[in-house]
Amino acid sequence: MHPAFSVIFLTTLIGAGQGLFLALATVELYGAFDLLPAADGRRFYAAGSAVVLALLALGLVASIFHLGRPERGWRAASRWRTSWLSREIIALPAFMGAVFLYGVVHWFGWQAPGVAVTQTLTLTPSIALAIVGSVLAFTLFVCTGMIYACIKFLQEWASPLTVINYILLGGASGFTLAAAFAAVAEPAQTGFLGAWALILTVLALVFRAASLVRNARLKPKSTLQTAIGVKHPRVVQKAQGFMGGSFNTREFFHGKPRELLRAVKWGFLAAAFAIPLVLLWIGVPRGSAGLLLAAFLVQYAGLLAERWFFFAQANHPQNLYYQAIA
Amino acid sequence: MTQLALVIDLNVCVGCHACVTSCKEWNTSGAAGYLSDDRPYDRDPTGTFFNRVQTFEVGEYPNTQTVHFPKSCLHCEDPPCVPVCPTGASYKRAEDGIVLVDYDKCIGCKYCSWACPYGVRELDAHQRVMKKCTLCVDRIYDRTLPAAERRPACVMACPTNARLFGDIHDPDSEVSAAIRERGGYQLMPEWGTHPANHYLPRRRTELAIRPEELQRADNPLKVDGKLPKPSAKEPSLDDVTSW
Amino acid sequence: MSAVPTPAAARTDVRTTTCYMCACRCGIRVHLVDGQVRYIEGNPEHPLNHGVICAKGSSGIMKQYSPARLTRPLMRKPGAERGAGEFEEVSWERAFEVLSERLAKIRATDPKKFALFTGRDQMQALTGLFARQFGTPNYAAHGGFCSVNMAAGMIYTIGGSFWEFGGPDLDRARLFFMIGTAEDHHSNPLKIAISKFKRRGGRFVSVNPVRTGYSAIADEWVPIKPGTDGAFLLAVLHELVGSGLYDREFLVRYTNAGQLVNVDEASDGFGLLVSEPGAEEPDPAYHTRCMWWDRHSNRPVPTHAEGADPYLFGEFRMPDGTRVKPAFQLLEERLRQYTPEWAAGITGIPAPTIRRLAQEMGITARDQRIELPIPWTDCWGREHESVTGNPVAFHAMRGLAAHSNGFQTIRALAILMTLLGTIDRPGGFRHKAPFPRAIPPAAKTPKGPEAVKPNTPLGGLALGWPASPEDLFIDEHGAPVRIDKAFSWEYPLAVHGLMHSAITNAWRGDPYRIDTLLIFMANMAWNSTMNTSEVRKMLNDRDENGEYRIPFLVVCDAFHSEMTAFADLVLPDTTYLERHDVMSMLDRPISEYDGPVDSVRVPVVPPTGDCKPFQEVLIELASRLKLPAFTRPDGSRKYRDYPDFIVNFETEPGSGIGFLAGWRGKGGEHFMKGEPNPRQWEMYEKNNCVFHYRLPPSYQYMRNWNKGYMEWAQRVRIRRYSDPVLIHVYSEVLARFRRAAEGRGSGRRPPEHLRGRIATYFDPLPFYYAPLEVQATDTRRYPLAAVTQRPMAMYHSWDSQNAWLRQIHTHNYLFVNPRAAALQGIADGDWIWVESQWGKVRCMCRYSEAVEEGTVWTWNAIGKAAGAWALAPDANESRLGFLLNHVITEELPAPAGGGTVSNSDPVTGQAGWYDVRVRIYKAAPDEPHETWPQFPPMRTFPGMAAARRLWQAYVAGGEAGR
Ligand SMILES: Nc1nc2c(c(=O)[nH]1)N[C@H]1C(S)=C(S)[C@@H](COP(=O)(O)OP(=O)(O)OC[C@H]3O[C@@H](n4cnc5c(=O)[nH]c(N)nc54)[C@H](O)[C@@H]3O)O[C@H]1N2
Ligand SMILES: Nc1nc2c(c(=O)[nH]1)N[C@H]1C(S)=C(S)[C@@H](COP(=O)(O)OP(=O)(O)OC[C@H]3O[C@@H](n4cnc5c(=O)[nH]c(N)nc54)[C@H](O)[C@@H]3O)O[C@H]1N2
Ligand code: SF4
Ligand code: SF4
Ligand code: SF4
Ligand code: SF4
Ligand code: SF4
Ligand SMILES: [Mo]
Repeated sequence: MHPAFSVIFLTTLIGAGQGLFLALATVELYGAFDLLPAADGRRFYAAGSAVVLALLALGLVASIFHLGRPERGWRAASRWRTSWLSREIIALPAFMGAVFLYGVVHWFGWQAPGVAVTQTLTLTPSIALAIVGSVLAFTLFVCTGMIYACIKFLQEWASPLTVINYILLGGASGFTLAAAFAAVAEPAQTGFLGAWALILTVLALVFRAASLVRNARLKPKSTLQTAIGVKHPRVVQKAQGFMGGSFNTREFFHGKPRELLRAVKWGFLAAAFAIPLVLLWIGVPRGSAGLLLAAFLVQYAGLLAERWFFFAQANHPQNLYYQAIA
Repeated sequence: MTQLALVIDLNVCVGCHACVTSCKEWNTSGAAGYLSDDRPYDRDPTGTFFNRVQTFEVGEYPNTQTVHFPKSCLHCEDPPCVPVCPTGASYKRAEDGIVLVDYDKCIGCKYCSWACPYGVRELDAHQRVMKKCTLCVDRIYDRTLPAAERRPACVMACPTNARLFGDIHDPDSEVSAAIRERGGYQLMPEWGTHPANHYLPRRRTELAIRPEELQRADNPLKVDGKLPKPSAKEPSLDDVTSW
Repeated sequence: MSAVPTPAAARTDVRTTTCYMCACRCGIRVHLVDGQVRYIEGNPEHPLNHGVICAKGSSGIMKQYSPARLTRPLMRKPGAERGAGEFEEVSWERAFEVLSERLAKIRATDPKKFALFTGRDQMQALTGLFARQFGTPNYAAHGGFCSVNMAAGMIYTIGGSFWEFGGPDLDRARLFFMIGTAEDHHSNPLKIAISKFKRRGGRFVSVNPVRTGYSAIADEWVPIKPGTDGAFLLAVLHELVGSGLYDREFLVRYTNAGQLVNVDEASDGFGLLVSEPGAEEPDPAYHTRCMWWDRHSNRPVPTHAEGADPYLFGEFRMPDGTRVKPAFQLLEERLRQYTPEWAAGITGIPAPTIRRLAQEMGITARDQRIELPIPWTDCWGREHESVTGNPVAFHAMRGLAAHSNGFQTIRALAILMTLLGTIDRPGGFRHKAPFPRAIPPAAKTPKGPEAVKPNTPLGGLALGWPASPEDLFIDEHGAPVRIDKAFSWEYPLAVHGLMHSAITNAWRGDPYRIDTLLIFMANMAWNSTMNTSEVRKMLNDRDENGEYRIPFLVVCDAFHSEMTAFADLVLPDTTYLERHDVMSMLDRPISEYDGPVDSVRVPVVPPTGDCKPFQEVLIELASRLKLPAFTRPDGSRKYRDYPDFIVNFETEPGSGIGFLAGWRGKGGEHFMKGEPNPRQWEMYEKNNCVFHYRLPPSYQYMRNWNKGYMEWAQRVRIRRYSDPVLIHVYSEVLARFRRAAEGRGSGRRPPEHLRGRIATYFDPLPFYYAPLEVQATDTRRYPLAAVTQRPMAMYHSWDSQNAWLRQIHTHNYLFVNPRAAALQGIADGDWIWVESQWGKVRCMCRYSEAVEEGTVWTWNAIGKAAGAWALAPDANESRLGFLLNHVITEELPAPAGGGTVSNSDPVTGQAGWYDVRVRIYKAAPDEPHETWPQFPPMRTFPGMAAARRLWQAYVAGGEAGR
């Protein structure tokens, strides 16, 4: 597939946003169980939500570049019964709404009315919103992942690993960002968030590696033989019917040499996982905002590369029909 | 239920591209909206087409087959492109099985094209909506046309009549008969899309020559005394046996 | 598209006319919205295409609205170099003044200094008339570089031909051989016919070095080495004659196979057919009173004598002692050497395959005989209860024709078809009116330079059909009168002229210099010229006095072609949708097997800008020059315009024969012959622009010998005589030329240096020789044959301006068999050099398993000169596309003595396009990834659309785009 920057930015930005929100929510919930020191409502939660919203909004802006007719974008919500894209388009604003409310609640410190759940635990509006928001964040992850995973003939994508990876990669980048953010806004949380960032990054690496291994072993289900229905071991395309390119040659091909693909793969393995792990390892104990921010930025860049590779590696069966000009 | 479709006979398709440009011509100024061309007179001209004719070589010299292969939307019976569309712009008509795009609803997200394994949808670069073969829905029901012309433009154009059009659910239709009797098949059956369009394979006519056909009594060489006859001097049974 | 599609509100206005996106001439219906073309479809009521249309025809809109349209008459700017493409607009009045003044001067002094050559047009009847009336012998259309071998080889043998003159009856054939054809003129009808044939279970064999297009759907592909079909066909004949698989009855009655040939070297008549003693010939031009050796009475008798049956084999002595043999015996002797094993070595086709194919032909012809219950009477008065046929059909075109051995190869093919008994019979070859013609057709050129006189029409036709050396158009020294040397001893049967020699000869002044060259509808600075780079230089070259060697060049074109850049005067033509045209019986009509058909074009949109139909230009010029056929006795102009001319012109006053055969007579009540009908155009328009006369079934077959048909043809003046046209298995016409070379008889003699050439190539029986260029090539150094093919979706050079078609063929590759490429270490997609003795081109290689191992090929005329056709200078066509013509030569070193001869068939002057031998090798890594040669970009001319479009979308009644 042709890696479109609009989609690369959309998915990585909202992924980080979702991850960051989950981090905020985790801190809040741990706090509710007194497992963590309380964090400041404005400085940490509200500002954090603003960052989440900014990431989501940037993602949304990026997505506009993907649409031929963004002015009709609203129509996209209508097919939620069948289309994961439609579902994503519903889930994203819903999630944004939850994040916004969450930020507002924290900004104004509205903690009443609280509903006592147990003796020690009171369900405040912010906790309720943290839970709702988390559910929506996961829903959004699933929707985004399923957009790709549900296309069965894109075999590289058609796997639960795609959804898992979307969750883990978004989570890892979000928690890394959260750790960096905490180092500035709420240093007491840095260690906790940093530890989770480390755990998620390791998990993400494991699952992303698993999908790399899986994809390397894939045998394309479609062949030129099934594509044109001629049973002969040697079928070669001579002409695709036009010479100056078409939508089908632009949208589904990355057009880059194999070497670049390989380089990008090692590049993202280093940038999205190895380097951030080192930086986190050093930065978390020190609570170094600089190192943690660096970890996030490197990891984000790595995820851009990862997403590019995710698209480039996916080999669409339609490409069988577009192999040669003459 | 009706399922309209094209059945394309690879046994007679000569790869002339008539179906390509007649389709473009009919559709670019018809109800399907225009099909734009970029850099029409410059380097790398490119444009929107609903139908393309490709060429494949099968086998090795001298046992090579050259296969011309026209391809447009196959109007799948289970079209993966439809459910993924977030707007409902892509839809399959219940009454005749034609898969269409409603240009007024399409947001140009391209998702449907990702969900089509056949590479037949094209996003028009200037109208910025997804386009594809409409089975000439604006011709085939047009009562102002004589009945014989209520057929897709590409079908009307095709000089070899390699493009048959009709209802593949009607067992008595020409297309059903062709699929049944001439080995009609679907593309990429592995995905369960059940394309409505079918293809008819190449067939090969051979001629067997039997030895007696070369040694007939009515050989004209005989008239001129040229039919080789063994000379009387050559050995024969007469020389070795007596009854 | 909306959920409920609106039926297109497009059928505002539908006009019927005839397509001219190619020479096939299908009927079309043009839908107009607000006067703009919206949709062009095939006309279902047209006899040629029955409603289908091709890729080009469907893209007519993009031609009509092409930015490459020329819209104003242009003159080279004073002081500007020719070829620089610097023009200024002039009025038509000025253009006519300049032209008529110049032409009047030439006509009054030496009319041959004006040369008119025309390309892919369909109006040779008018252009030819104009030239003849002007008085110049220097006129020809494109046939000489196209396929004159096909016309001459078959017309000199069977009185008809493929090309636009006849074709295979695929409705009834069982076995079909297509030899050397990629697309051809009968584009849509052939496709219709082949697919029906295949669907009926017919067996289709293609003999071609390349497998694309039609060959793709052949049941068997027989790859052959280019230029060797003669060997293949002769070996097939060897096999058929050897095994008696020929139609003896047909040979006896309808050919000269049984006629006695004088084989007595000591006798005067050596090489000629033996004449019936004391018989008068009805027309001395034709030898019809010949002899058989009767098997029953064992003595010589006049042919077709009642009750007689000739020997086809043997040797006999006439009463006067002259040794004679039946022509068929001579053929059999000739064929003895041509075994399948011999041919295998030359053609690359295994001997068993040749043998099997021969048997398939012979057995199918013999055992699957067709009988139609149609009674007919032959020219000798014998009544037949039925028409029979042997269902083996052939079609062949430039793969045979475009070689310098093509004439003899095509004779071999015609004789093969004859032996199988398939001429004008169901399931075989069928004529189209006005064929069959006499062998040779009666039209003749003048015989000497005295026919060219100031202010006088030419004393004969500029093109004709010589029957003997006496018919050559030469001076008393045997030198050519025509600029292209047609009808001289160099190319005696150059029945279509040698357009490909015109520029080179005029440049060299051999045989003389000319003043004005008018080129109509031919891109002679590019794809229709051999040795393109050099010819482009010649067009610009000056003599020692600084004068252009070709002083004045006029080009009539509708588009911004490479040729227009070289013009001194550009005459912008209309498109086919903007003008009246006729596909006339006097030219090449669109006749069907069942009878004569002619057709017209009518304008469906007004001319763009100031362009003017060339027909109108010619009539205007002819009127200004007061050419007799265009002028009243009082000196005033005879025809208002072209439509008026078409209606009222008669070949001779009162002849009743004109350009159009339909709806003649005052009220349209006659056809073929009749008074002018003032409403003729209207009547054509009402009838789909076609006139189709269906012959009664008994006149539809065996027309060479069909009494009813011949008498009908004579009545409607298709023919002068009604005598039968016997097939020339043995060609006495060729024998006459050979005799002259051998010093026999009392007629004209070839000049010394051409004697051997005439004696060799004017063999009255078909034979095989390697093409002249191959003979002159070190084939170890240049081992590969390089040929081109027509793509179905492009017409020569003129469709690169077409926004839709150029997306299909934007540039071209050289297709090479991977085995041949591997020898040079060339990979698929590599940049390579293709080099012949004459030049080289750089291009990209594409592997193909569908090409014979010793052949490389590319699509014809996809490569363009930079900037031409209103394309951007960096368009793919010029940067990645290439023209093979740069490695093809128009001249070969003369075999005897110095000088040159045209790279053409020595009999007909047919250009030997497909004879070039090349080698290929990898381009150096540091060479630019761009084809070579390149030319400085052509400019846009005044009157052309100036701004470039970044994108466009054609919509009904207008355009969108920027
Ligand atoms: N290498 C190679 N060269 C070949 C051949 C080959 O097989 N291989 N084939 C040869 C043969 S058979 C032929 S016939 C020639 C053809 O070669 P050409 O006769 O040169 O044919 P075209 O290139 O189509 O263009 C003729 C010109 O007609 C112009 N034209 C188009 N429509 C109109 C019109 O309506 N009016 C006027 N006035 N002009 C118009 C076009 O703009 C173009 O400039 O090429 C020959 N050249
Ligand atoms: N679409 C389209 N149609 C056209 C034209 C066009 O430009 N485009 N041009 C028109 C004109 S002017 C003409 S003259 C006709 C020509 O029509 P064709 O005769 O079909 O012309 P070519 O494309 O030259 O095809 C020659 C074929 O002969 C093969 N060949 C070459 N050498 C040999 C040989 O030695 N032996 C054999 N057996 N085969 C050989 C080539 O591979 C090729 O397939 O087409 C007309 N129709
Ligand atoms: S061919 Fe593609 S676009 Fe057409 S219905 Fe099937 S999946 Fe959809
Ligand atoms: S591009 Fe249009 S038709 Fe395709 S999925 Fe998106 S909205 Fe639907
Ligand atoms: S059916 Fe109509 S829209 Fe579809 S390919 Fe044919 S002409 Fe084009
Ligand atoms: S028009 Fe017919 S013959 Fe031509 S490419 Fe299309 S399907 Fe094949
Ligand atoms: S074959 Fe030639 S005349 Fe017929 S539709 Fe095509 S371009 Fe026009
Ligand atoms: Mo031609």
